[in-house]
This record gives sequence, structure tokens and C-alpha cells, in this order.
Amino acid sequence: MAITSSVMSRALIVQALKDGIVKFHPRELRRSPVMAIVAIGAVATSIALIVDITKGSFSGVDLQITLWLWGTVYFANIAESIAEGRGKAQADALRRSRQTTTARKMVHGAEQVVGSSELHVGDLVVCETGDLIPLDGDVIDGIASVDESAITGESAPVIRESGGDRSAVTGGTRVLSDRIVIRISVEPGQAFLDRIIGMVEGAQRQRTPNEIALSTLLIGLTVVFVLVVITLPFFTQYLSSTGNGSADTSISVLMALLVCLIPTTIGGLLSAIGISGMDRLLRSNVVAMSGRAVEAAGDIDVLLLDKTGTITFGNRSASEFLPAPGVSVSDLARAAYTASLADETPEGRSIVHLARHTHNIRDAHEDLRDVVTHAFTAQTRMSGADFVDVSGTSHHVRKGAADAVEAAVVALGGSMPKDVRTAADKVASAGSTPLVVSDGDRVLGVIELKDIVKGGIRERFERLRLMGIRTVMITGDNPLTAAAIAAEAGVDDFIAEAKPEDKLARIRLEQSQGRLVAMIGDGTNDAPALAQADVGVAMNSGTQAAREAGNMIDLDSNPTKLIEIVETGKQLLMTRGALTTFSIANDVSKYFAILPAMFAGLYVGSDGISPMEIFNIMGLASPQSAILSAVIFNALIIIALIPLALRGVTYKPQGVSAVLRRNVLVYGLGGLLIPFVGIKLLDIIISALGLA
Amino acid sequence: MDLTQLIPIGVFLLLIVVLSPLLGTYIARLLGGEGADEMDWKQYLGAILTFNAVGFGFLMCLLMCQQYLPLNPDGAKGLDLALAFNIAVSFVTNTNWQSYAGETTLSQFSQMVGLGTQNFLSAATGIAVLVAVTRGLSRSTGASLGNAWRDMSRIVLGILLPLSLLFAVIFVSEGMVQSFDSARQITTVEGLQQTVPAGPAASQIAIKQLGTNGGGYFNANSAHPLENPTPLTNLLSTLALILIPGALCFTYGIMTNQRRHGLALFVTMIVLLTIGIGTSLWSENVSAAAIGETALMEGKETRIGVAESVLWSTTTTAASNGSVNAMHSSLSPAAGGVAMLNMMLGEIVFGGVGSGLYGMILFVILTVFLTGLMVGRTPEYLGKRIDAVDMRWAIVAIIAPSASMLIGSALSLTTDVGRSSMLHSGAHGVSEVLYAWASAAGNNGSAFAGLNANTTFYNIGIGIAMLIGRYAVIIPVVIIAGRMVSRIRMKESAGTFPTHSPLFVLLLIGTILIVGALTFFPVLLMGPLVEQVQLMQGGF
Repeated sequence: MAITSSVMSRALIVQALKDGIVKFHPRELRRSPVMAIVAIGAVATSIALIVDITKGSFSGVDLQITLWLWGTVYFANIAESIAEGRGKAQADALRRSRQTTTARKMVHGAEQVVGSSELHVGDLVVCETGDLIPLDGDVIDGIASVDESAITGESAPVIRESGGDRSAVTGGTRVLSDRIVIRISVEPGQAFLDRIIGMVEGAQRQRTPNEIALSTLLIGLTVVFVLVVITLPFFTQYLSSTGNGSADTSISVLMALLVCLIPTTIGGLLSAIGISGMDRLLRSNVVAMSGRAVEAAGDIDVLLLDKTGTITFGNRSASEFLPAPGVSVSDLARAAYTASLADETPEGRSIVHLARHTHNIRDAHEDLRDVVTHAFTAQTRMSGADFVDVSGTSHHVRKGAADAVEAAVVALGGSMPKDVRTAADKVASAGSTPLVVSDGDRVLGVIELKDIVKGGIRERFERLRLMGIRTVMITGDNPLTAAAIAAEAGVDDFIAEAKPEDKLARIRLEQSQGRLVAMIGDGTNDAPALAQADVGVAMNSGTQAAREAGNMIDLDSNPTKLIEIVETGKQLLMTRGALTTFSIANDVSKYFAILPAMFAGLYVGSDGISPMEIFNIMGLASPQSAILSAVIFNALIIIALIPLALRGVTYKPQGVSAVLRRNVLVYGLGGLLIPFVGIKLLDIIISALGLA
Repeated sequence: MDLTQLIPIGVFLLLIVVLSPLLGTYIARLLGGEGADEMDWKQYLGAILTFNAVGFGFLMCLLMCQQYLPLNPDGAKGLDLALAFNIAVSFVTNTNWQSYAGETTLSQFSQMVGLGTQNFLSAATGIAVLVAVTRGLSRSTGASLGNAWRDMSRIVLGILLPLSLLFAVIFVSEGMVQSFDSARQITTVEGLQQTVPAGPAASQIAIKQLGTNGGGYFNANSAHPLENPTPLTNLLSTLALILIPGALCFTYGIMTNQRRHGLALFVTMIVLLTIGIGTSLWSENVSAAAIGETALMEGKETRIGVAESVLWSTTTTAASNGSVNAMHSSLSPAAGGVAMLNMMLGEIVFGGVGSGLYGMILFVILTVFLTGLMVGRTPEYLGKRIDAVDMRWAIVAIIAPSASMLIGSALSLTTDVGRSSMLHSGAHGVSEVLYAWASAAGNNGSAFAGLNANTTFYNIGIGIAMLIGRYAVIIPVVIIAGRMVSRIRMKESAGTFPTHSPLFVLLLIGTILIVGALTFFPVLLMGPLVEQVQLMQGGF
């Protein structure tokens, strides 16, 4: 999916120039009422032109107006074609990876080779090194590294294994090593890849609620201006019939006025903006299952995310040894090291790592005798080792949760020193996990296990806050630990000791208070919450259930991707708003160009000059040139704004008022002033070339 | 320019700023809360429409057979169908357009029982619709918008009657006529015979001003010495033009729990009004200078003067009132243009009681739609999402009156029946016709003078425009309120654009001016604007 990053390539433009012609078909034009009116105007001026020619009164200016009106429609068609072209290119690339293959189906324990199109939900297939996975499914047996670059564009292989949250595999990806058994979870033709292709290709056909509302506004404005232009000749006809001169209300001038007034800029670019919004998301490797989800992303008020793997690295690691009074750090480190030898959990390994690197304890157990290790179990919540050291003293070192170790020590007649308890509490309140180390009935000290917050995450949350989004961290930790991590990571709120159903409850609560909620998840138990959230982003590495439940899938499985998603959603709406404002503001200058020209023959005084001339504030050379300049400006501005429509307006996370001020200045005030300059320049060129 | 002209304008603006919040808070207390027997939008709208239809039928019958009814000392005849239709529509829609002279055409009974009643009821209708819309936007559960009957009786008994009584008593004490006598023949100091009309004017004038009605007891309206005898009655009458509409901004703010938003709407209206007054005053002064006079006094009362006349003309057209204390046809061209633009914008700068604010809300919806998009959020208003259907109804309500103004004017100018009523031709003729249709579709009711509108064509045509101007807005806003009432109210977040900032006011003004001005710029250019240029270039 990693296609060219430039906004427009040469091939794309050439293709768009061709496609733009096909879009003159009435069926295509009907989809944009504004452009349909322009086309009708162009037809009307063309007919008037032909009638004039048959009468022998050909007007070069009328011909030019007619051509530019057709040009206006063509430019809008090109804009849409360019946007669609980029999507098509992506769909084609995806389709190449969706070849039909054979699958090794398991039937009563025996393998049978069938075509991938003959598979059904529930079938079991085997994939080994080099095999293409025939259809989406879940790994039910084995572990394998899989090349998912066909979908994610990422060449590094990913691990897929049975059970857990990394069991989902996608049709069209390739197994690089080992052997897995997959239970097929979709029917052929409905696979993930098929849906992505459908989304990419069908982007232009689904209009989102907001787009429909905006279209309604544009149609309303169009109706107003149609009324203005239709009633205008009645007024001028009255004036001329009562001896006040005459106005130029020929078909070409009226149509020029109409086309200049109706919101052609936004009307012509509206579909391109929508298509390119989806496209931009796809470029950041997020597949939105609907355009509605993209828009909703721009409105998100609250973001729910898991602590583990998102805010912190998956595992806690030992950061410090805090010895009890009368115990040296190295003694504590050695005991902790020995007690962790049999602990294969990441935490246990991190203790070994810390002891080795900071306290230089190396394979001391070679000096020990009669070593018996006790692995960590959920029941004992301790690990440890019994041994006899070089001096012949026997030891029973244990390491584990504070209360578990205390219970063990007390059972042996010892007690927990007050200082150790204080140290443990302090560690816990700092957001870390305290483990206590003991030797027999003696407590040696505390190991601090720290949650490592990912680098740069604070800045990302800061950015979200500027966008007006509150972040809520969900964690199974106790409230004390959760609060400390929340403070370190800079989240606004947290849910501690959270059970899976708490996520769903929190989402419902926020929604009932009128907030839009985004949720990022990957596990099967996240599925209900993902479905309930307004924007549910499923990690591509997640389970099939999670991917089905979300309305967006992040192919990179990067939880902070939500920032890009929100920005794209906001950009999409902002681009529409900015261009609508620009379009409406443009009308002021067009009035000042066309109306004085149109009315130049009204109320002409004894000096041969109409008082209307005073409204020709741009000082345009002649009525013909004024009208032509306005029409040309109106057509060219569509072309000029295509890159903006495809790229989206610049979005910087800052306060809404600052964003609005900037957009009003650039697109409102700019829209008011730019055309005055543009029309004047065109007028100078037109008069210099003698075109009118 | 004579700076003393600014004094009455300043006093007026100051009084409005002080009085509006007080009255607004009272109204909110009167109409707030929830009661039994609440109606959903269909029932509420049905009640309002039925009530207006019955009022219309009753008034029409009354006007057509007034010669058989009591209190007719001057022997007024029953009206023909077209005129009765026009008057009935006019008073039921709170327009109070008058194509006839009140003192000679109508009996005292018709004025009091017919028109006087509708002065109260049409005003109550407007406020009731606004209150229903307010509830639709502020509630977020259930589907009810209140009870139309309870709302209307509280509005009449709690707001309109007491205020009218207060104003009427002051008016009578200032010498405004209030009697059931017939017209008197008197001999003037110059020894001439003059007919001085009488009638229960003061009570009628109070509600005429307060309820943004505007239909005068006398044809000359508030330029008539018996309808507006002293500087105090002039000041109070001007205040009464926008007192309730101004107060309702604050009521709206309180009822929606968005006081600062209510204030922002009030500020928007004040700013637009002040721009209008300033432009009119400027135009009066430069126009007078252009023809070598100190003031343009044609059509104005010397006892009232330029500043107070222009203050009134701008305020009465801004407020959908339509009463006049000077003849608008004789205003300087741009001042006449301001009056027209006020009506063309849809009577939303204060506007009619209730109707001005719900019209303004439509423009607010348009504004927040665009600003919402520009800050990258799905547009919402007061926390309620705006969807495509809401948008469609808002646009219908904004376009329909404009369309009837343009189409009506176009037909008047190009048909013989239309043209034969015109007094002037050329640019001033265009203004005459444009003004009449803008006044009708804006439910203003003031007339430019010059145009003889008492013809079948205008009585029927303008009647239809008044109906469109009223109900093509009421029906959509109630539908929008009914759609929004049950919609969940989105919490305000850091990403929500505040609807009470100066920036919001600026954008709302921009939207109103651009959308309104774009629709009418061409026709205004052919009428008042070119006239102003001609005048200043010495073209007269």
C-alpha cells in the first residue's frame, strides 16, 4: 500500500484528464447538483451561441464564456478523477495480492488440496513455510512468522500464534516459517482484503451525513442564486421599458453571472475532498470501514486506551534494590538474583538483568550447593531458591508480592521490619510495584519494579489535549500505581483495577453524557467496547473478533495512530468548511465585476456614463472583459485549489478559537480579497491580448 | 453633520441595553419550567396553526360585515373579499400591512375587536413559537415543546396586557386620543374647517408598538399628532419597537442555560441596528448636502426631526414593526435602502416579537454549521448535532421569504396590473415595489408610500407573501425544534467552538450580511443604491 507519496503523479494526471471527459455523462453530473447547474448553463450558452451564428451575429466573447463554462465543469471532473485515481491505484495494488490459491484443508485429520474459493467458515487449513494464507481466520494451533507486507506495507514479519490476542491471520499474507493450523472465519469474497478494496474503490460512492448536510446548504445557495438570476431580467426589462437605458441580459451574461455566484469552488471539489480524506488515512496505514467513522474521528472528546503496550512497554522491569536496615545492597541484589533464577517471567528476568549489570553479580550459584529452585506460581506469588553457600550456611531466599512474602516470613517466626514496609508503600505510591525479598525469616529488602512509560507519549497526549481530547487510561493496576503512571504519562484520567466490562461501562457513561468516545483495542475482550465506541480502532495484530468489531483498523498496530486519525477527520471537515467559506466570500468580488458591466447601459447620464460605473471599483477595462475575467477566475480557482482539496487544509492542534481565526482570515478574508486581485489581473491580460 | 443628532440615538440605545435584560429575566421566569399536558412538535404546531386559522376566519367575517356591527359612528362599509383577505392575513401574521386608511375604512369595532385582538394574539403566537423552539434546543429528553395554550395565555396576560396598559396610560396622559366619539368638525385658528378623527387610539398604539404590529390607528401612523403627540411618546414608542424582541434574547439565554450566548445574540442585533442607523444618518446628511439643503424634510414631521425619524425608520424595519413616524419614500435613498435591507434580511435584527429571534436562530445554525466545519467538528448548536434534514428546513425558512420578495417584485414590475399602481418610475419605482414585497414577506408591514397597494393584484399577492413570510418560517423552525428536542446534548469540550465570543458575533454578522446582501445586492443596486449615486452626482 505504500504508493507514491507525492500528491499527484504525471500518470495520474494524464489518466484524470481522460476520466474527466467521461464524467460529462449526465448520470455522473447529476451527482453534484451545483456542477449540474453549471453544465445546464453551458448548454444554454452553447445553444444561444449556435442560434446567434445562424443569425449571423457571432460574438467572440460569448464563445469564450461558453468555453470557460464547459471548462468549469471539466475542471471539477478532473479534480474528482484525480482523487479517485489515487484510490484506484491503491485498490489495484491490493488486488494483485488477492490471487486465488490452493489451500490444504484438513478433513478428518487428513489434508486435502482445494481451491481457496471453495473454503467455508469453520474449515481448518494448514499453512507451512512459504504458503499463502488462503482466507482470513484464527490460528488454532502452532506459531509462525508471517509476512503481512501485502497489506501493511511493512516488510518485517510478525508473529502469529494460537490463543491470546495475536491469533488473527489475514488472507493474502504469507507464512515465512513454521506451521500453523487456521480456522477460516469468513466466506470467500468477504475477507478483510476484499473489504479494504471495496472501501478504497467505493469511497466516492458513499456520502457521509456531514457531506449530505453540506450539499443541502450548497443546493440552498444555488437555489437562491438561480432565483436572483431568473428575476433579474424582469427588473432590467422594467427599467428599459420606462426609458432608463438597457442592461445586457443576454443568455451568456446571465449564465456567466449564475455560474460565478453559485458555489462552484466547493461544489466542484466536494467529492475530491471526501475521497482524499479516506485516502490520507490509508496512507497512514489505517483502513476506515466507513467515511462516517472518519468524520466521527474529528469529533472525538474522549480516548480510552489500555496502559499496557500503549502507554507503557508491555512489561515492568526492576529498577532499584532497596535494602532493609542492616543489609547491604549487594547482599540484597545477590539474594534477589538467586531467588529469580527460576522465574522465567519478564519481571524475573529483569531482576536478573539489573543484578548483573548494576551490582556485578555473576553466576554466583556456581559456588552454591544443593540448589533447589521454586518457580513463580500464581498460587504462591513467590519464586525462590533453597541452597547452601560456600560457608555452609543454608538459605531459603524468596522473592514476591509484599503480602505473600510477609505471610511466609511470619509463618517462620519472623516479622516485616517497619522500614521495609514504608519503602514498599513508597514504591507503590510512585506507581511502581514493590517485591519483597526474604531469606528464611529475615526480610532483606524491596525490589522496585517499574513500569516504563514509552518515550514521547507525554507529548502525544499533550497534542491530543490541544485538540480537545481527554485521554483515559485503563489498567488492572491498583489505584495508587495507576495514579502515578497516569501522572507520568500525562493522561487526564484513569480506571484502575479495571475488568474488561469496565471499558464498555465507561464508554456508555461518556456517551450518555454527550461525548464521543474513541477506543483502541486488540483483544477479544475488547470487542464489545470497540463496537460500542464511536470510533473503534482495532490493531491489525489483534484478534479477528476485535477487527470485526472496530470501524477502523490500524495496519501498523500503533496505538498512538489515533492522533493521525483525529487529525485527518478534522482536516476533512475543515477543508470542506474553508472552501465553502472561500466560495461564498468570492461572490462579493464577482458581483462587483459582473453587475456594473451588466448594468453599464442603465441610467446613462448626459455625459454618456452610467452611475453604475462607480460600482466598477476594480476599474475593469470593459464590460465584456469584466464578465470574462470573472468567469475565467471562477474556473481557474477550481484547478488552483485541487492540491489543497487533496492535501487538506493545514491543521495544527491548538485552541478552537485560534484555528477558527486562522481559517476565517485565510479562507474568509482571503476569499473576499483574492478574487479582486485575480479578476483585475485577468482583466489586464485579457485587454492586453485583445480577447474582449 | 450636527452631532446633537446623536443624542436621542444614544439615549435610545442606552435605555434598550438597560431595560432588555430586566424584562428578559421576567419573561424567562414566567415561561420557564415544565408543566402538565405538554405537546410534541406536531401538536404544538397544530395548535398554533389552528388558532391562527380560526383568528383569520373570524377577522375576515368581521371585516366583511362591519356595517352590521356596533361601534361604527362614521358608518364604515363592509370590505370586499380581496381587501378583507389582505387585512386578515396581515394582522394574523403580525405584519399589519395596511393598504387602506384605517380611520376611514374601518369601524371602531373592527379596529378594536378585530385588529386589536390580533395585535395581541399574533404577537403571542410569535413569542410562543420562540419559546417552543427554545425548549426544543435546551431540553434533551422527551419530545415535548410545552403547551401552546398555556404559553399563549401566559404571554398575553403576563407580558402583553400589563405592558400595553402601562404604555397606554402614559400615552393618554401625554394627550394621545382615546375615545368612542365620532370625528369632530372644528374650526382652525386660520378659520378653516377641519375634520379631526377620534377613536380608541392610545390603547391600540401601545400594543401596535410593543407587539411589533405596526398597523396605525390613523393612516399617517405615528407621524399623526394624535398617534404620537409628544417627544416622550416618540421616545417610548421607539423603545417599544424593540423592547420585547431585545428582552427575548436574554430570555433565550436563560432558558437554554447559555446566558452569554443570549447576550451575544443581543449584541449582534444592537451592532447591526447601529450600523443601519449610522448609514441612514450618513445618507440623510450627505444627500441633504448634495442638494444644498441642511436636512431632507420632505415626508418628515418638523416636530420630530431627521435624527428621530431615521432612528425610527431603521428600528421599525429592523424590528418587523412597520409603524412609521416619517414617510419612508422620502427618506434619502440609502436610508430607504437600509430600511429595505432590514426587511430583506428576514426581520432578524430584533425582528418581530419571537419571530425575530427564531429567524436569527436560523442564521445562527447556518453560522455554526460553517464555523463547526472550519474548526474540524461536526456542526452542533447548543450541543445538539445539526444534520442534513435540519439544514434543509433552515434553508427553506431562509429562502422562502426571499423568494417571494424577488418573485413578487419581478411580477409587479412586468405586469400591467402591477405597474399601474406605481407612482414613480425608474429607480424610485423599483424601490417602491421592492419595499412593498420586502415589507410583506418580512412581515414588517410598513409601506414606502407612493404605491397604491389597495388593488386586487396587490391585496392577494401581498397577502400570499405575508403568509409565506410567516408560516414558511414558523413551520420549519418548529420542525427543527421537534427534531432536536430528543437529541442528546453533546458536552461542551475544549474542541467546541464557543457561541458567545466576540469572534462568534463577528462571524454571525458576516454570515447575515453576506447571505442577505448577496441575495439582494443586484436589486438594491438598481433601486436605492443607484439613486443615492445619482443624487450625489447631482443627477436629479
